[in-house]
Amino acid sequence: MSQIGYLAQRSLTRTLRQPAVVVSSMIFPLFLLAVNASGLSAATDLPDFPTDSYLTFALGLTFMQGALFATMGAGQAIAQDIQGGFFNRLQLTPLRGPALIVGQLSGVALQGAFQAVTYLLVGIAFGADLEAGIAGALLLLALAMLVAVAFGSLGLALGLRTGNGEAVQGAFPLLFVLLFLSSGALPRDLIANDWFQAITTVNPVSYIIEAFRSLLISGWDGEALALGFGCALAVLAAGTFAATAALRTRMART
Amino acid sequence: MSGGNAGEANERNGGNAGEGSGGYGGNGIEVEGLVREFKKGPRAVDGIDLRVKPGEIYGFLGPNGAGKSTTVHMLTTLLPPTAGTARVAGHDIIKEGPAVRDAIGVALQEAALDPFLTAHEHMRLQAGMHGIPKAEARRRGERLIERVGLSEAADRKVGGYSGGMKRRLDLALALVHEPRILFLDEPTTGLDVQSRTALWDEVGRLASSHGVTVFLTTQYLEEADALADRVGIIDDGRIVAEGTPDVLKAEIGRPTVEAAPAEADALERMGAVLERFGQRSPAPQGSAAVRLDAGTGELAEVVRALDAAKIRVANLEIHAPTLDDVFLAKTGKHLEGSADSAAPPTGELEALPA
Repeated sequence: MSQIGYLAQRSLTRTLRQPAVVVSSMIFPLFLLAVNASGLSAATDLPDFPTDSYLTFALGLTFMQGALFATMGAGQAIAQDIQGGFFNRLQLTPLRGPALIVGQLSGVALQGAFQAVTYLLVGIAFGADLEAGIAGALLLLALAMLVAVAFGSLGLALGLRTGNGEAVQGAFPLLFVLLFLSSGALPRDLIANDWFQAITTVNPVSYIIEAFRSLLISGWDGEALALGFGCALAVLAAGTFAATAALRTRMART
Repeated sequence: MSGGNAGEANERNGGNAGEGSGGYGGNGIEVEGLVREFKKGPRAVDGIDLRVKPGEIYGFLGPNGAGKSTTVHMLTTLLPPTAGTARVAGHDIIKEGPAVRDAIGVALQEAALDPFLTAHEHMRLQAGMHGIPKAEARRRGERLIERVGLSEAADRKVGGYSGGMKRRLDLALALVHEPRILFLDEPTTGLDVQSRTALWDEVGRLASSHGVTVFLTTQYLEEADALADRVGIIDDGRIVAEGTPDVLKAEIGRPTVEAAPAEADALERMGAVLERFGQRSPAPQGSAAVRLDAGTGELAEVVRALDAAKIRVANLEIHAPTLDDVFLAKTGKHLEGSADSAAPPTGELEALPA
């Protein structure tokens, strides 16, 4: 087994042995889903609203929220390793930097998968649509894992840069701003306010949410999926680049 | 903790054979003018020179903040020095980081373990990162875990371990790739006497029967005294004394006499009498102490003088010089937690294993 394998195994084991963390990061998005689905259901009366089930519409946002929790998890895990000295333990072995990044992110991917399956099952149980069927569900799961890993790499970069769990936690509200300034609550073409619509249009999170939503509401929408996967890959590229740079600075060993 | 096995020792010694054209090559440490400055603050390490011979246990003794850990971080390649050089196991710590790391085992101050993993899982990860094949990793892991007495707890999560168990696991992990030099940064800080003694035994055994060179930092006098073949005393980033504990103490030479009067109000007079025989040194409350100028031969004189002054003596003790006396003589300060006024000088002796 390679270094990646050993580090991934550790990351997965840690994730599985902290069910409280996994569960609590699932409950908040589901809670918000319940609030939104009941409180904002009148939005479906708007002309051109894409579906008559606000629950289905809001579920797209839920997947994205889950990924943000994964971001925090990844950032805090590495920050804890740095603060507690485990990072030095690894540095004293022939550790290769990329192996650490990939290994850490595999735990995030697992958490992303758990979350996505839960959100989907809960959503469907309460009557959400899944227009793209079983294959669509698998694609949705893949996108959820990709998004978790993409944002997880940003968290990893932050954790490696700051080496401080509190600093990582402090960035959480900033990420939530990205969520609120997206098309998470309303379709972009129905946002009346110009500046808000402009921001949601340049916010990559909008396209990721729309890709989730397309599988739920409209079935197979090639453009929405390409944009969603594209944006997630772009975030992954940026996050991995930032994490690699931060790791290089952090690994001061000779 | 079962004994090690001879095969391992031979293997290790075999690995070191054929060394030694000048310098300490194989498993020694040579440090020249090592300096580390941090952006804010003084030089943490301010020009250290030292040599550790193969198979030796070198105790690096000093108070908190003296520069011990910074030195260890540099020697283990985790922190590049600002100036100076060092060779560890014959490799340059700046230019040959990977080769140095391959030759050394390190247990840092934090005993950094993952609370969610078991001892076995730690061992598997550590061995895996070193590229040790699975079957061999399992064999070594079992043996090391048994040696440090953690076999029964090996499948429990480390989060529930005591401080002593964590340190022992940390030591076992540092040994999984069979290093020739072991760095232990304050391995027993915070441990109870029993755990401390168990760790001393294990470190002693590693050096004596496996030929492992040990570089150990400590703020405990008794640890340096009990374990180290040679001691370097560090203060404010500089080595202020170096030698075997016995030689260092002999250099200071003079024993301390400590006396307590039967009547508390006689303490001042008693101090004045004692001062005729040497320099005052710190003593516990209710007692007075001096370092005898002329050694133990003067003890009878001291007793006679106290008697002549009509001071009834409740307690009279003579203390051989300790490493703290050495530290005091070299730096004008006491080591933290040692013979300060708060703690009786005998405290450190009581902490010694029976």
